[in-house]
Amino acid sequence: MEKIIAGKTIEVNEEGYLTNFPQWNKEIGEAISTEANISLTPRHWQVIDYIQGEFKKESPLSIRKIGKSGVVDIKEMYALFPNAPLKTATKIAGIPKPASCI
Amino acid sequence: MNEFNGEIKKMMIILSKATLENVYAAFVLANGARMEGIEAEMFFTFFGLEAIHKQKLEHLHTATVGNPAMHMPTMLGGLPGMEALATSMMKKEMEKIDMPDVHEFLDILKASGVKLWACKLAMEMFHYKKEDMYEDIDDVITVGDFYKQGSGLGTHMLFI
Repeated sequence: MEKIIAGKTIEVNEEGYLTNFPQWNKEIGEAISTEANISLTPRHWQVIDYIQGEFKKESPLSIRKIGKSGVVDIKEMYALFPNAPLKTATKIAGIPKPASCI
Repeated sequence: MNEFNGEIKKMMIILSKATLENVYAAFVLANGARMEGIEAEMFFTFFGLEAIHKQKLEHLHTATVGNPAMHMPTMLGGLPGMEALATSMMKKEMEKIDMPDVHEFLDILKASGVKLWACKLAMEMFHYKKEDMYEDIDDVITVGDFYKQGSGLGTHMLFI
């Protein structure tokens, strides 16, 4: 399905995750974060850069891996993205929702 | 199902067993709740206390006897070393799927905001002291205290 985000028509799935990453840009990330009631700080952007990098390497994400990333620890991850940290962060980053159980 | 349209707000997970598979099931459920934005609290009681006992938590075993899913004759499962073998095989498989060990999992749960409570009655029964337990447990409480923690709409309780 399609949705207009930050003035552009974007392909998303029924949960609002981008299905075509090349359509993502920072304005789209900002717009999705506003919907999630998060105002993005430089720390948020560092995490988003990291998870996008992992996505490009096709390396699956988990909260354990986030904790070992050296970018952010688990406690700060929950502080930055309260309520479902990895789900929210991946949505803002324009990548698929992680399928990990850990 | 009218409360929050049936949405789960908080999971109260009671762990009463110390076999590795039960401990991991409880941990995965608690962590999974936090990952979905659901609050989670754990109550460790009876043998479940071993999962937060400093000296014991690294040595939890999976059961080879009385566990039909092991597909192993009961007599064989009772042989010396069988349980250790099955446990080490299971731990290897768990590492492959990025499953942390028990201590690291407790650290993850704590950092994720899961509350960890030890059961007062079981602590007394086993003669455990708070200092014997994983350093970041929230407190030693009664079952009544635990129920109080779970008050409010959208709370679900789970006994493992």
